Amino acid sequence: MTVLALVERGPEGPDELSLQALAFARSLAPGEPLHALAPVRGGEGTELAATLGEHGVSTVHLAEHEAFAAHAPVALARAVVELVERLAPAAVVAAGSERGNEVLAHVGALLDLPLATNCLEAALGEPMRLTRLRWGGSLLEEASLHGSPKLLTVAPHAVPAEAAPAAGPAVERFTPSLTDADLVVRVVERVQAAAGGISLADAKVVVSAGRGAGSAEGFAVIEELAALLGGAVGCSRAVTMAGWRPHTDQVGQTGTKIAPDVYIACGISGATQHLAGCKGAKTLLAINTDPDAPILASADYAVIGDLHEVVPAISAEIRKARGR
Amino acid sequence: MNVLVCVKRVPMTGGTIVLTPDGQAIATQHLGFTISPHEECGVEEAVRIVERHGGESVVLTLGPPEAEEQLRDALALGIDRAIHLVTDGEEWDAQATAAAIAAAVEAERAAGIEYDLLLFGNESADAGGYQVGVRVAHRLGLPCATGLKSLAVEGGRIRCEQEAPGGRDVYDLPLPAVVTVKEGLNLPRYPSVPGRMRAQRKPVAASRPARPEPRLERLRLVVPGGQRKQAEILGHGPEAAPRVVEVLERIGVLT
Amino acid sequence: MSRTQRLPTSAHAVVIGAGIVGSSVAYHLARLGWRDLVLLEKGPLPNAGGSTGHASNFIYPVDHSKEMTALTLESMRQYKELGVFTESGGIEVARTEERLQELARRVSSAKAWGVEPVSLVTPAEVKELVPFLDERVILGGFYTPSVGVVDSLRAGTLMREQAVELGALTVAARTEVLGIDTRRGRIARVRTTAGDIDTEIVVVACGVWSPRLARMAGASIPLTPAVHQMIDIGPVPCFERCTRSIEFPIVRDMDTNMYERQDGTSLEIGSYAHRPILYEPEDLPSVEEAALSPTEFPFTQEDFAPQLEQALELMPEIVGDERVGIKYAINGILSLTPDGLPVLGETPEVKGLWSAAAVWVKEGPGVGKSLAEWMVHGESEIDLHSSDVARFHEHQKTRFHVKARAAEGFNKTYGIVHPLEQWESNRPLRLSPFYERERALGAVFFEAAGWERPQWYESNAPLLEEYGDRVARREAEWDARWWSPIITAEHLAMRDRAAIFDLSAFAIFDVTGPGALDALQRVSLRQMDVAPGRVVYTPWLTPGGGFKADLTVMRLGDEHFRVVTGGAHGMADRKWLRDHLPEDGSAQLADLTSSWCTLGLWGPRAREILASLTSDDVSHEGFPFATCRTIEVGPLRVLASRISYVGDLGWELYVPSEQGARLWDLVWEAGRPHGLIAAGIGVYGTTGRLEKCYRAYGAELESEYTVVEAGMAPPRVKDEDFVGKEAHLRHREAEPAAILCTLTVDDHTSSSGVERYPLGREPVLTLAGEPLVDAKGRRSYVTSAGTGPSVGRHILLAYLPPEHAQVGAELAVEYLGERYPVTVAVAGSTPLFDPENVRIRS
Repeated sequence: MTVLALVERGPEGPDELSLQALAFARSLAPGEPLHALAPVRGGEGTELAATLGEHGVSTVHLAEHEAFAAHAPVALARAVVELVERLAPAAVVAAGSERGNEVLAHVGALLDLPLATNCLEAALGEPMRLTRLRWGGSLLEEASLHGSPKLLTVAPHAVPAEAAPAAGPAVERFTPSLTDADLVVRVVERVQAAAGGISLADAKVVVSAGRGAGSAEGFAVIEELAALLGGAVGCSRAVTMAGWRPHTDQVGQTGTKIAPDVYIACGISGATQHLAGCKGAKTLLAINTDPDAPILASADYAVIGDLHEVVPAISAEIRKARGR
Repeated sequence: MNVLVCVKRVPMTGGTIVLTPDGQAIATQHLGFTISPHEECGVEEAVRIVERHGGESVVLTLGPPEAEEQLRDALALGIDRAIHLVTDGEEWDAQATAAAIAAAVEAERAAGIEYDLLLFGNESADAGGYQVGVRVAHRLGLPCATGLKSLAVEGGRIRCEQEAPGGRDVYDLPLPAVVTVKEGLNLPRYPSVPGRMRAQRKPVAASRPARPEPRLERLRLVVPGGQRKQAEILGHGPEAAPRVVEVLERIGVLT
Repeated sequence: MSRTQRLPTSAHAVVIGAGIVGSSVAYHLARLGWRDLVLLEKGPLPNAGGSTGHASNFIYPVDHSKEMTALTLESMRQYKELGVFTESGGIEVARTEERLQELARRVSSAKAWGVEPVSLVTPAEVKELVPFLDERVILGGFYTPSVGVVDSLRAGTLMREQAVELGALTVAARTEVLGIDTRRGRIARVRTTAGDIDTEIVVVACGVWSPRLARMAGASIPLTPAVHQMIDIGPVPCFERCTRSIEFPIVRDMDTNMYERQDGTSLEIGSYAHRPILYEPEDLPSVEEAALSPTEFPFTQEDFAPQLEQALELMPEIVGDERVGIKYAINGILSLTPDGLPVLGETPEVKGLWSAAAVWVKEGPGVGKSLAEWMVHGESEIDLHSSDVARFHEHQKTRFHVKARAAEGFNKTYGIVHPLEQWESNRPLRLSPFYERERALGAVFFEAAGWERPQWYESNAPLLEEYGDRVARREAEWDARWWSPIITAEHLAMRDRAAIFDLSAFAIFDVTGPGALDALQRVSLRQMDVAPGRVVYTPWLTPGGGFKADLTVMRLGDEHFRVVTGGAHGMADRKWLRDHLPEDGSAQLADLTSSWCTLGLWGPRAREILASLTSDDVSHEGFPFATCRTIEVGPLRVLASRISYVGDLGWELYVPSEQGARLWDLVWEAGRPHGLIAAGIGVYGTTGRLEKCYRAYGAELESEYTVVEAGMAPPRVKDEDFVGKEAHLRHREAEPAAILCTLTVDDHTSSSGVERYPLGREPVLTLAGEPLVDAKGRRSYVTSAGTGPSVGRHILLAYLPPEHAQVGAELAVEYLGERYPVTVAVAGSTPLFDPENVRIRS
């Protein structure tokens, strides 16, 4: 019984979510061979294959094509389909990232198979029983997945990425047979983000405010604290809808999902839509006038008070500390 | 230029999600209904494209009879007409949904209406399957770009921007095409009163496709539990600032 | 702030609900000196998620109800004192002729209750005040410059803060009441999510949740949550420069049941026009479950569609602007009651359980103050009898009745409601044993306390011919609505011959036991220690010496009294009596309303008719006035009571209900040779009593007027103590500030040449049109109006300042925008008809 995992590359090797997907894939069929597919340009991927070996992959399939210099979801899906036809795996697993979900959606369409995205748990069988996320993680769904192979993506952080060395993975290179039509959808240009700003998704500190800010001007104290901490400014959906901040600042299910070391949420009540975006924060500090606001049920620390009084006091205290 | 935008009726949830006793659905007796924020941007974009390039904008949904409310909402915003694939309220999985939508588009084509662009939300707010748009594209033999935050139609092509780490990835697709979009694409307008009134008179074509057996079959829904934390109260009002700074120092974000 | 506090384990009083009403009650209790108060709120503060949080917050002071206007004016005073009132002015616009007349009537009400200045304005004048309105769709407007907008959340916060500062109040937000425990019919404890509180007093100020809370203690607060739709559109280009939240007058588009108000750069449109959408209090979501708040339900677009068209007609420039978006739309939840009035006071079911429910923002602080006075002093400065929670009869507390009447009343929120307008839903319900006979006679039924009562009988139409010119007709439809000239003819026939009346709606209570006499002495102004067989008409007074009730008491035995009072106020009277029974249980009260039916028989031939049916002595000497006794009428034993509310010789005849039909038949058969007719309450309640200057509770008799002013002071005050005695003695010493007078209309002709007949509640003015204000600041208004058939005049009763209470004084009454000359016919209690009371005493 074989499981095939799709691996995405980050700037330095396989990305974190792909490694989590590998751990999940191993757990589906413990002790069974684990195949991984990674798209590369011709000749690349040796180092990548080695890393994958450290995560329990027995055979690394490097799909070689010039198109894989950039993201080409249909082409990649074709490569997966080719391997599926060759290996007849019991399941195909990818990370529940934007791209993992996208490529497996194409695979599902090409094979006319169902796809379960963002799974937390799954057990092979016919049908496959699984648990997946709905509502951005506010709700779970227990479901049966029919058809073969099973197509699923793994919810981010459902399982940790753990090393599980396999004995020197076999590396197989192949060039998927692609038509022009398969190459229509591909990244043709990369627009770099304006330099200087700290991206919300990557920031180590995020200071956010919600309706409690009261106005666009109310964000001055938030910006000040974020700057002092070298962090990014975030906001709730209510703020975006009111037009006080751009959507790029929105933390939440349909905004940016963040994973900072500390998230300071000021005047944010804690709707499910917002909490779905800040689950990844290691520490959550809530500042709220209402000691019973829902956000406190997700917070590690809380200050009860008006953000317009508390936040400037914290900024002042930081300056004082730095002056020492 | 003809644009089709697909939307899904979902409950407008509050702070706490409550399930029906059988765990099959969200208890909605207190809730209003809406569409995903992604789809709101899709509707807005469809209206804007047709305002700019002419043609017709059409909204489509697969959902219960009550989903006409969401269609009228879209019509109020300037969409020209609506297609309602009426269900009996059962959930349809993504494959079945895509098949029904593709069939509806084929039917339109047979009636002489060709769409240049099909807009979907990147994922629905409730099921979060990330696949209906992609599946429809394959069924119709169209290219599909996903997760878009910027669209520009020009000269029979569409330039699409997708958020990616450190910047944006750009796709350039020939039309006709399918795109799935995300919130942030635009700032959707509110309906005007004349828009609301016009919406009542715009046509909604209803048909009842048959529901195939689900292949991703929902067994039950569960509210995740157990993660409720007991926040440590650092204090009340500005006097709490020194303790906040202590915590920030301990975490190591104060350098 | 909303910091969670440790709950005390006991309190003097616990107020539940921290909306504008609960906060205001707590604040006023603190100001009146109460301490150890706790205010519980299940939601967060300052916006707890109740109706206060989404209220439109505007206040129109003018209402046809004196009580509601007084509460609103007091509330405005308090909002101003708190600095949260912004005056904007308000215009009610008319699209129809009928509405124009109604607006003129509102001007009259404004003058009667002292809300001035107000004026009728032309469409052009409306346009000047509200430039974005299309004046072509309206016929005119009623302008009230004192209309304004309040910040009710801020007001509540300030009130709580002040009560906390006084050291009187603990506020606990996010604290839900789980139960209210009682012991022997009294409040004992409140159980909450933050612990239990021992207390003897609980105030339920929970808005739409109130019925649920009351039920926890075993009591009823009859109201239903109902939807009021609101949308917010903007940004409006012509409001771009508005810096304050309200800069234009608020417009009420009365004929479409809608209002429009500028709010910052938005226009808010509210509606009472849609189908009634009612909920159960149990249907409301928790704060956590609700998408917006528990009282902001998802908007139902289809219900609002016709309103959009109407708003577009009135304000096309804004509403028709494609750039102006619908930014917010909700089905807001508010409280509706079966009669449209608030539900205030101590519940009759549980001692110590007070209701402050079905109160809107416009009257919140006034209610808070009045209820606190009631709790602390036993009565409030503003008479709250129309809002008394004790007013409801059992059937009126059912969910069925509440919903039926709330649904019927909802679309009348801005309606043109005639003073005699009858409810249609949930009828017929209480039927007297005479009902079938009455139907056969073509009775036109009005409802009282759920009873169907004939107002007049169509079968009496031939009397119109008999009395010819003596029966005045009413040309104007409004004057003649819910009225018939047959009433006048029935009256004349009664005065000439005799008439029977169905009085089964009387509320009847027997008080028995060794403590019965003391109990009745305690509540009654008049001497109750009379010989058995005597009937005493007596007022019951409030502690301040105003009227609490007026009724008759029969002494049936040494330890047996029968109290008979009007159905409408019967339940409140029963509570008052029960509250004053001795603590030791030595007197018992039994409600026999449903056991006995009552047939009134009056007129010069009454004695002959009765005598033909009985061998008992019914002569004047043998059965004197103001006595009662059981006589045999054929096969029936009948309790006959020789009193009269119509000023003629006769009896009230009481028999067990199941024998009522037989009694009717016997009297009817015996009476026909004497020309007996059946007459309706139109005679009993209006024409008969007004000719005799008999006062009615709720009209002439209110807690705001004294026995002396009403001309009802007994020659001497009894030695025994009674409620209100001290005040009454004081009132007797002072010159009365007003005197109840009988006025007659001198000329009914309007400017358009139509004869008009005032219906009551109109302002009494000098001939020059100046209001009459007495030394206590009260304005003179018509307390009752109606035809006096025997005197051939239209009669008005009114309290006048002494300088005007002179026979022959010429004054004016403003009716529907015009003044009519009136003359004081009698000052004081002497009746216009048969001033010597010869008829009654013959």
